[in-house]
Amino acid sequence: MTAPPPAGVPIIRLGDILLTGLLDDLDDKTALRFTEELTERIADEGARGVVIDISRLEIIDSFVARVLTESAAAGRLLGARMIVAGMRPAVAITLCGLGLALSGVETALTAERAVAALGWRRDPARVHGSRPHATR
Amino acid sequence: MRPGEASAVDAPVSPVGFTESTHPVRDEPDLLATRHAVRSAAVAAGFDLVGQTMIVTAASELVRNAYIHGGGGTLTISAIGAAHGRRGLRLTVADSGPGIQDVEAALTDGFSTGAGLGHGLGGTRRLVDEFAIDTEAGRGTTVTVVRWVT
Repeated sequence: MTAPPPAGVPIIRLGDILLTGLLDDLDDKTALRFTEELTERIADEGARGVVIDISRLEIIDSFVARVLTESAAAGRLLGARMIVAGMRPAVAITLCGLGLALSGVETALTAERAVAALGWRRDPARVHGSRPHATR
Repeated sequence: MRPGEASAVDAPVSPVGFTESTHPVRDEPDLLATRHAVRSAAVAAGFDLVGQTMIVTAASELVRNAYIHGGGGTLTISAIGAAHGRRGLRLTVADSGPGIQDVEAALTDGFSTGAGLGHGLGGTRRLVDEFAIDTEAGRGTTVTVVRWVT
């Protein structure tokens, strides 16, 4: 089996989490390859969670909405918790007008909140219950 | 939300400051190019961010439909103004494809033909103030939408 050509969308690994993001000038072929590559990376690397940052997307039309919904569904079928993060407010309002609320897709306000929901913290000390910079 | 009635687009158009441009819809790069053209026109017309996002999204839906279902076509962007100072954009997306057999079905949410792409026209209609469709089997489809600056 030959590997698919690189999608041009970086997928970064953070432990057992994959972090990726879509850019605004996403063309259709790149979008479809993105779903395939992300799904294969989830399986190959045994990712427990995936954050798809969409804060750069100035619009989401029905095609991109479908790419997001299908990527999230495919990853979920492989056992990963999929979080779409960073939607712009104007995009959220427009998507609702379009009748596409990304039903069934977990979302977060920011990528930072998404990775926190997956168990990552800005300050590792907090994970162990101690207060940061507590000197006495 | 916007009125959902399909209506004839007979907006009172003032010749003052009227600008119009036509863009080809032949391939995938044109989908992005037309989107950028509509964004620029929406900014120039004075739309706020939500208004820009809605009209650009509507354009993306219509242009993609023309590309996928209509075999390509054209997008015409018209900056329009009414006598009392109201400004807006009119988008006309025309293709010479097979036409839409059942317009009512195409305006229903969830309707889609061809490669499973597109959400139908019902969602697009909710993003604009005026929506008109002219289609006939074998003659192609022209969709005209208007959104006014609020």
